[in-house]
Amino acid sequence: MSTAFVVGVLVAAGVFLLLRPGLLRVVLGFVLLGHAVNVVLLAAGGLDRRTPAVEEVGPDTADPLPQAFVLTAIVITFGITVHLLGLLRRGPGGQAHGADPTGGDGIGGAGRAGGRPTTGRRR
Amino acid sequence: MNVLLLIPVVGPLLVAGMLLVLPNRAGLHRVGGFATMTVVLAAGAVLLVRTSGGALPVLRVGGWPGPIAISLAADALSALLVTVTALVVLCCLVAAVGSGDDRRPYFLPLVLVLTAGADGAFLTTDLFNLFVLVEVMLVPSYVLVGLAGGAGRGGAGRVYVATNLLGSTLLLAGVALVYGTTGVVGLGDLAGVARAQPATAVACGVVLLAFGLKSALVPLHDWLPRTYPVVSPVVVALFSGLLTKVGIYAVIRIYAVVYDGDPGFRWLLGVVAMLSMVVGVLGAVGENSMRRILTFHMVSQLGYVLLGLALFTTAALAAAVYYLAQYILVKAALLLCAAAVRAGRGTDRLDGCGGLAGQRPMLALAFAGAALALAGLPPFSGFVAKFLLLRATAESGAWLAMTVAVLVSLVTLLSMLKIWSALFTGDPSASPTVAQRIGPTLVGPPLVLVGLSLMAGLAAAPLLAVADTAAAGLRDPAGYVRAVTGR
Repeated sequence: MSTAFVVGVLVAAGVFLLLRPGLLRVVLGFVLLGHAVNVVLLAAGGLDRRTPAVEEVGPDTADPLPQAFVLTAIVITFGITVHLLGLLRRGPGGQAHGADPTGGDGIGGAGRAGGRPTTGRRR
Repeated sequence: MNVLLLIPVVGPLLVAGMLLVLPNRAGLHRVGGFATMTVVLAAGAVLLVRTSGGALPVLRVGGWPGPIAISLAADALSALLVTVTALVVLCCLVAAVGSGDDRRPYFLPLVLVLTAGADGAFLTTDLFNLFVLVEVMLVPSYVLVGLAGGAGRGGAGRVYVATNLLGSTLLLAGVALVYGTTGVVGLGDLAGVARAQPATAVACGVVLLAFGLKSALVPLHDWLPRTYPVVSPVVVALFSGLLTKVGIYAVIRIYAVVYDGDPGFRWLLGVVAMLSMVVGVLGAVGENSMRRILTFHMVSQLGYVLLGLALFTTAALAAAVYYLAQYILVKAALLLCAAAVRAGRGTDRLDGCGGLAGQRPMLALAFAGAALALAGLPPFSGFVAKFLLLRATAESGAWLAMTVAVLVSLVTLLSMLKIWSALFTGDPSASPTVAQRIGPTLVGPPLVLVGLSLMAGLAAAPLLAVADTAAAGLRDPAGYVRAVTGR
C-alpha cells in the first residue's frame, strides 16, 4: 500500500515537471519517473521477503533478480541524465520543437566543432 | 558454432571501445568500422543460411543456467534482420565518407555501438535484456542527433531524447509489471502467458505501447517527422534501418510469442496499422523537402508490416517479414539519395533545385528505382511484398484493409512523383543553387541497395523461403520456445 502511494506521488510529480516549460524541469521529471519505475521493479520482486540472497536460502530470502534489474536501470538513468544536462548546457533553452525552415545543418563546416560529444559547446 | 551469435553484439562494442581510445586517427576509425561491419555481415549471412535450414542456435553467455543467463538466440527472422541491417550500415558508412559525416568526432564508434545494440535486440531472448540493449542502441543515437551544431538541432535533439526516454521508462515499467505478474522475464518462459492471464496481457501491453512509441506507430508517431528531418540524411538512413525496425521487430516477436497471436487483440493491431498507413502518407503530401516526405513515409510503411502481424496467418506473416526486409533496403536507398542531393545542392528542399536527372543520371536512376520499389511497382521487391500482403489480406477477407493498402500505395506513388518532378526534371539553370560534384561514394551505396531490391524482386525465391521459415516460426513458436528454454 505504501509502495503504491510512493509510486503514485513520484509519477504525479514527474509528469507535472515534464509538462512544465524549461529543460531542467524535464530532466528532473525524468529523474522522478525513473525512481518511480525503480520502486515498481523492486515491488515486483515482493517487498515482504527481506533476507539477503547471499545468506542461506529460505522462505524469507529476497528475490535478487529485481535488485539486479534496478541496479542496471539506475546506471542507465544516471548516464542519460548526465547527457540531458549536457544538452541543457549547450542550448539556449526554451526552444520546444525542432522546426528547421532552411533544412540546412551545415555538414561541411561542422568538422570537429562538437568537442566531447556528451558535453558539447558552451554558448 | 553458436559463438557466432556473439559477433554481431560484442564485436562492434569491442572495436568501438578501442577506437574511442584513439580519437584522432580518422583513417584507423574508417578501417575499423568497415572491417567490423563486414565481419558482422558475414556472421549474419552464416546465421541466415543456418537458420533458414531450420536450425535455431542458442547461446547462454558464460554458461549460466536458464533464467539467470544472458541468452542469445537466432531464428530466421532475427538472422535476416541482422544481415539486412549490417548491409545498410555498411552502405551508410560508405555514404558518410562522401558526405563528410564520418569526419565528425566519434562518428564511427557511435555507429558501431548503435549497431551492437540493435543486433543485440534482434538476438536477445529476454525482456529485460531487450530493454538494456535498446538503451545501448539509443544512447549513441542521442549523441548522433545532437552531434553537430546548427539551427534547430538542439530543439529537435530534445524532442527526440525526451520521447525516447519516456518510451524507455514505459518499457522498464512494463518489464517490471510483467515480472510482478509472472516472476519471469524470459520470452521462452512467457510463451502464451499473456493469452492465458489477463493481468500479464495488460503488463505486456505496456511493453507493446513502449515499442509502439519507439517504432512511431500512429497515434504515437508525432516525434518522428519532427526530429528526423533536422538530422543529417546519412544518420537518418542509419536510424531508419535500425531504430524503428527494432521497435517493430519487438512488437512482432512479443505478440507472436507472449500473446501467442491472441485473436482478441488483432483488431486493435489492424486499426493501428491502417491509421499508420493513412496518417503517414497524408502527412507526407504537404511536406516540401525530401527528408520530410521520406520520414512521413516511414510511419506509413511500418503500417503495412503491422497489417501482416494483425492478420496473423502464415501467409500474412511471411509477407510482413519479406516486406520489412526489403523496406529497410529501399528506405535506406531513398534516404541516401537525399544525402547525395544535399551534398550536391546544399539542400534537399523541393524548391531548391531541379534538373538533376540530366546532370546526375546515376543518382536519378537510383532514386527512380527506390521510389518505384517504395510505391510497390514491378519489377522491384516492393511489388512482391505488396502483392503477397494484399493476397494474404484477401485470403483473410479483410477487404477494408486491402482497400486502404491499395489507396495508400497510390498516394505513395504521388509523393515520389512529386519529388521526381521537383528535383530531377526541369531546367537546372533556373535553380538558385549551383550543383557541386556528387562523388561515387554518395551515388554508389543507393545504387547498390536498389540493385539488391531489384534482385529481391526478380529472384524472390530465396528471400521468400527465409520469410516463410520465419513466418512458420512466428505462427507456431513452440520450436523457438523449446530452443530458448532448453526444455
